[in-house]
Amino acid sequence: MPQNETKTAKNGWICRHCFQFGAISGKSSLRRCPDCGDSRVLVHPEILDLSIAHVDCDAFFAAVEKRDRPELAEKPVIVGGGRRGVVTAACYIARTYGVRSAMPMFKALKACPDAVVIAPSRDKYSQASRLVREEMAQLTPLVQPLSIDEAFLDLTGTEKLHKAPPAIALARLAARIEARIGITVSIGLSHNKFLAKLASDLDKPRGFAVIGRAETKSRLAEMSVRAVWGVGPRFGEQLARDGFARIADIQNVDIKEMASRYGENGLRLWQLAHGIDARPVRTDEAAKSLSAETTFHEDIKDREELEQILWELSEKVSRRMKLKNITGRVVTLTLKTASFKRLSKRLTLPEPSNMAHRLFETGAALLREIIPQNPSVTAYRLIGIGYGDLCEAQSDPQGALFASPDDRLDRREEALDLLREKFGPDAIGTGRNFDKKRSRKKAHTPKNR
Amino acid sequence: MKVTIERSTFLKALGHVQSVVERRNTIPILSNVLLHGEGSVLSLTATDLDIEISEQVPADIEKKGAITVNALTLYEIVKKLPDGAQIRLDLGSADRLKLSAGRSEFSLAVLPDKDFPSLSSEDDGVRFTMPCDDMKRLIDKTRFAMSQDETRYYLNGVYLHATDEDGGSLRAVATDGHRLARLDAGLPKGAENIPGVIVPRKAVGELRRLIEDADELIDVSVSAAKIRFTFADIIFTSKLIDGSFPEYSRVIPQGNDRIMRVDTEDFEHAVDRVSTVSADKTRSVKLSLEKDRLKLVVNNPETGSAHEELSVDYKDEAMEIGFNARYLLDIAKEIEGDKLTLVLADASSPTIIRDDEDLHALYVLMPLRV
Repeated sequence: MPQNETKTAKNGWICRHCFQFGAISGKSSLRRCPDCGDSRVLVHPEILDLSIAHVDCDAFFAAVEKRDRPELAEKPVIVGGGRRGVVTAACYIARTYGVRSAMPMFKALKACPDAVVIAPSRDKYSQASRLVREEMAQLTPLVQPLSIDEAFLDLTGTEKLHKAPPAIALARLAARIEARIGITVSIGLSHNKFLAKLASDLDKPRGFAVIGRAETKSRLAEMSVRAVWGVGPRFGEQLARDGFARIADIQNVDIKEMASRYGENGLRLWQLAHGIDARPVRTDEAAKSLSAETTFHEDIKDREELEQILWELSEKVSRRMKLKNITGRVVTLTLKTASFKRLSKRLTLPEPSNMAHRLFETGAALLREIIPQNPSVTAYRLIGIGYGDLCEAQSDPQGALFASPDDRLDRREEALDLLREKFGPDAIGTGRNFDKKRSRKKAHTPKNR
Repeated sequence: MKVTIERSTFLKALGHVQSVVERRNTIPILSNVLLHGEGSVLSLTATDLDIEISEQVPADIEKKGAITVNALTLYEIVKKLPDGAQIRLDLGSADRLKLSAGRSEFSLAVLPDKDFPSLSSEDDGVRFTMPCDDMKRLIDKTRFAMSQDETRYYLNGVYLHATDEDGGSLRAVATDGHRLARLDAGLPKGAENIPGVIVPRKAVGELRRLIEDADELIDVSVSAAKIRFTFADIIFTSKLIDGSFPEYSRVIPQGNDRIMRVDTEDFEHAVDRVSTVSADKTRSVKLSLEKDRLKLVVNNPETGSAHEELSVDYKDEAMEIGFNARYLLDIAKEIEGDKLTLVLADASSPTIIRDDEDLHALYVLMPLRV
């Protein structure tokens, strides 16, 4: 940026130990903090100016488990499981053996036979995640969570509030999360979301990396195009075939060429390759859909058995929607065949709802379309159901002359919810909830999205 | 087939039948109109498999025969031909229909007439004859209340049935669950035994359009699954909605005792004016009633507020009630008398609206929470 070129070269520094900061002449460097003498000092020409951050928890699930079982601190830990589960998270020790998340468990154990495998406990992670978010919210109202363990933060204009530049506020955040929640985070600091996310990956774990404006192009140049958000394996391969293996290859061509080759995607790619990303950090990016899915122990062909699981998932989704006081207009049913083919069907409801019975009835009707004859010829390994096109729940002020059958079922469900609220979630249910024979065979690795 | 027909006669009949043809069809022949010439009559038939319209027009038939051609194309051609033209249709070869008028000549793709689906009914059930004007009123006063909600398909039409109230009436009812419209017409001879039937929304609209110009009598025949109307030179057949219409009489309140009479036009205009600022979705308007005074109030935090006062005839206890302004206007528009009457109970119970000069019409409206 011109601003940096005209100024006499100056470096900023921050200490991640004592949170001091300052400026030094461009030529000198610092190996230790001039104040406290700690080595966790970071020197960068723009470090005191940048304000868009990406904060990513290190091996989040594994870190939470290690926090709760200190004896595992020095051991390779894998979170995941189920008879045919996959690795959900692996600690950094396990990663040195080549264990990666989403790897099938048997492969992971082959690579790292001494690993301690822990079944995931979602509630624990959500709770830790909530605490992390609370800490983030102390820094700035502009927190955009990306998933359970990462978020963007826009700290622009918070200097006066924190009496320190964003970099210091972030260093303090990392320290506070370590002290109060017992896990570590890595921070990426830059001038937009794309680069901040890239940066947080550069110095993991417990890291702090900066990508400044002046170095943006050169830092990107050496990276693979796969580093760009939205470039998956297939698009990556195509790009490589077309001579765009590294980001530098894209930087060297005209924007028009990228646009004519890949259309909208090409434009975006060219911009990101030049470090241009105008997306603001947005807090209001509410979830677009809410769903639950589950993978079975054994593949299922029986439609009634699938329906039983569908009912449990519907209740779960409905419960979460009611807690958040949101409704959805679209119902989406997802199935995965034994051969990993994913099928999905959707239907738009006449009016938004968050009721379990409507979700289930609509899902079951879609299921009957996929499996017209019971039992199914195809075996399925996964089923999922969810509401989409979400909006805030609001009751219709228009009175009704007569209730539709669905309205009556809504009243029934509301009554059940009231009883559950008073006497506990298992106090009452519909007949389906008590179909033990079926529910015992039930699924195992539930995933919430 | 060799037929000569006068352009305006042909255009009018084509205009009648072609509107039932769906613009996008997966079955090609449903885009076509069936032309059948015999004796001195050309009959035109179009269908969407739910409705069939057939019209007979005088023509000069040189050689009898039948064929189907694209309805919209034929209609567009005939529309563009000069008024007064004589149109000649000639099915020379089997795969093209030659249409000529003056110096214009068209050769149109055809599909065989024997593939054209027919809705003609099995047995005819109950038949009766009634004045066209009664049928127009039955439709006009009720159709606005039909439901658009496809999941409540049994409300997507007008419910026709006979009742012995008032010494026997033919009654039409429509409701979308928020409002209800009911109209009685004189019970035609022979209609006493008709089953209650739900005439689907599209058929109601098409039929109303076709009887606009008809002013004589209309023959109606009702069977279990179909209804057929015969009038002028048109035979109109429609499938019925296979569902049961709700017990509507239960939602017509009996105990309402607060009565407000108001000038129909004043009321309609005032509601229309104040509702300009009401929220798009609910169109909420509040009615504040005091002795001989009605205040219409709209409060919309986003756009602003409005109120207007009307002098009315009201002697009961003061009350407030909210309605969807659009629903009020839909009803007010159908009221022909100078005065309309609101029969109220309270802010959360259904309200009756009546036309002071037409006791055969009755409207029920569910209030809106305000």
